[in-house]
Amino acid sequence: MSDQAKDAGPMTRAEWEVRVRGRASERRETFRTASGREIAPLYTPDDIADVDLAREIGRPGEYPFTRGLYPQGYRTRLWTMRQFAGHGTPAETNARYRYLLETGATGLSVAFDLPTLMGRDPDDPASAGEVGRCGVSVASVDDMLELFEGIDLGRISVSMTINAPAAMVFALLVAAAERRGVQPAALTGTLQNDILKEFIAQKEYIFPPEPSMRLVRDVILFSLRESPRWYPISISGYHIREAGATARHELALTLADGIAYVERCLAAGADVEALGARLSFFFNAHSDFFEEIAKFRAARQLWARIMRERFGAQSDRACGLRFHAQTSGVSLTAQQPLNNVVRTTFQAMSAVLGGASSLHTNALDEALALPTTAAATLALRTQQILAYESGLAGPVDPFGGSWFVERLTRDLVDEALADIEVIDRAGGMVAAIEQGLPQRWIAESAYRTQLEVERGEREIVGVNVCRDDRDVPIETLEIDDEAVSRHVARCSDRRRRRDAGRVKRSLDRLRDVARTDDNVMPALVDCARNGVTIGEMCGALRDLWGEFHEPVSI
Amino acid sequence: MHGRFMTKTRVIIAKPGLDGHDRGARVIARALRDAGMEVIYTGLRQTPEQIAAAALQEDADVVGLSILSGAHMHICPRLMDELRARGLDHVVVLVGGIIPDADVPKLKALGIREVFQPGTPMQEIVDFIRRAVEPRAETV
Repeated sequence: MSDQAKDAGPMTRAEWEVRVRGRASERRETFRTASGREIAPLYTPDDIADVDLAREIGRPGEYPFTRGLYPQGYRTRLWTMRQFAGHGTPAETNARYRYLLETGATGLSVAFDLPTLMGRDPDDPASAGEVGRCGVSVASVDDMLELFEGIDLGRISVSMTINAPAAMVFALLVAAAERRGVQPAALTGTLQNDILKEFIAQKEYIFPPEPSMRLVRDVILFSLRESPRWYPISISGYHIREAGATARHELALTLADGIAYVERCLAAGADVEALGARLSFFFNAHSDFFEEIAKFRAARQLWARIMRERFGAQSDRACGLRFHAQTSGVSLTAQQPLNNVVRTTFQAMSAVLGGASSLHTNALDEALALPTTAAATLALRTQQILAYESGLAGPVDPFGGSWFVERLTRDLVDEALADIEVIDRAGGMVAAIEQGLPQRWIAESAYRTQLEVERGEREIVGVNVCRDDRDVPIETLEIDDEAVSRHVARCSDRRRRRDAGRVKRSLDRLRDVARTDDNVMPALVDCARNGVTIGEMCGALRDLWGEFHEPVSI
Repeated sequence: MHGRFMTKTRVIIAKPGLDGHDRGARVIARALRDAGMEVIYTGLRQTPEQIAAAALQEDADVVGLSILSGAHMHICPRLMDELRARGLDHVVVLVGGIIPDADVPKLKALGIREVFQPGTPMQEIVDFIRRAVEPRAETV
């Protein structure tokens, strides 16, 4: 036995550090996580002396669920492999969905184009040049039927990334499923329907905050009643992180958004147990492996405590935080794009080790364009290799008890609680957004990150280290402009062939309901059934509620 | 106003189209401001017409567009027309964002002075603007 090994036992961490760190200079002055947290060279039991392992960490499947929602983890059921996809027309995207399902994807996730995200029809002049480019164009119930042609909506769970017009898109889905003989009660999947993070980060908002929050509430309450297997909201930190937030702020702002939605729904008479059971979350799986695992564990613990301590929820279903994870788009590089497969792989590993319920892995070409079929296939295969070959899905929460990961988990819990208090003191999330508080946090860390990259303090292979001028370009997806033009023309054509009387009556009913505080969903479903488009539904409400414009500042 | 070289370089940062991803636009705006330039950020969803009008009103030396949505071949020709219609041919127009290599020469043929693709250091953009604008300013 060496002297070092003999000495290791009785020394405290601090003594060890003084002795060892004096021996050789380190590569850097400080080692930090991707979010800027300083990391010690060694963690020992001393570092978690303040953590109550039984109460804070416990066992998987038990409150506060730090170690996971299910006692047997992925041993009973793997995570859902849900690849976010959509480009061009509904028919082109349908072909990609069928391909993904044949290739082993176990869920679908719809990426809509910018006009759809902004509640504009493809033949709206404001949509010119953007139809089908960043996702699929869906304007009417007919488009929705085409999108899911040959896919059993009662069997395959479908996630929809849509926010400002989430209520309208959900109405189109309900109407489309109905035409196929699938009742709302049979629908499984998730609607993103998280407008607060749009105001905070992604900026695809339409209406001002108040009516926007009312739409979110209406969707949730309608869904609790009519489609109890559906998740009517996915409270999302993903976009907050992509916009430049740290792991800490991603966590805090997401949960603070969750608090705002729960308050809205409870104020409208929702039952806290039923509501809590149908909330879902969406986090980023970013590059700092350990900090991300800790973030997912901290999120579960914090949300369980919030649901029980703040809102009085008792059941495990209502206190448990379920989440989808997506690997980080912003971490991908246009330089040496093949390297992105490696980034995506270890990011996906952190999501699995953190207990994600479903996962999207990014394709290697996403810093350049929407993914080709080959790139999308490799992204899915990455998940399958992790699921079937890596051994990650065997033990439940294998990092539980790691002195380092438990320390990080506890720090993230404490920091996020402090941030949530700041939001509370600002008057809640809507008020905080109006004061520009979360936007400032994000702008600060986004700028700091970029400066660190430029100074070489943050190393990115292919960008500021290990550059290669021989970088070979890869093939990228081209959008079929002719197919998109035909789709635009068809949208106008369908508009002319509708029953004008029914369209008018549906829109009048929508306006009438919107003026009251009644739930707008039945009126929207009625619009969808009668061929009213997303642009028309949003247009009627734009006239009534106006549009939101963010105060400009840098 | 006497001697433009006495004044700061004036840059408009604009986000045209429907996209709301403004991380890049905001980071660049801040970097240019920290480099001593006068930066006007237009905010989201500006039409080419609104951007050209802002360039005229603000007496801009540079217009920087942030486009990530793939709509650049639709937006850029319209912006260049709007600038020309206002006699703003001297304004240096730059594009940053997700622009495929194949589109770079097409954008330059429209009169876009430079295209900055993902991973470009902010300092490179600062240096480019200094080289592009300052010689002109000194001769006025």
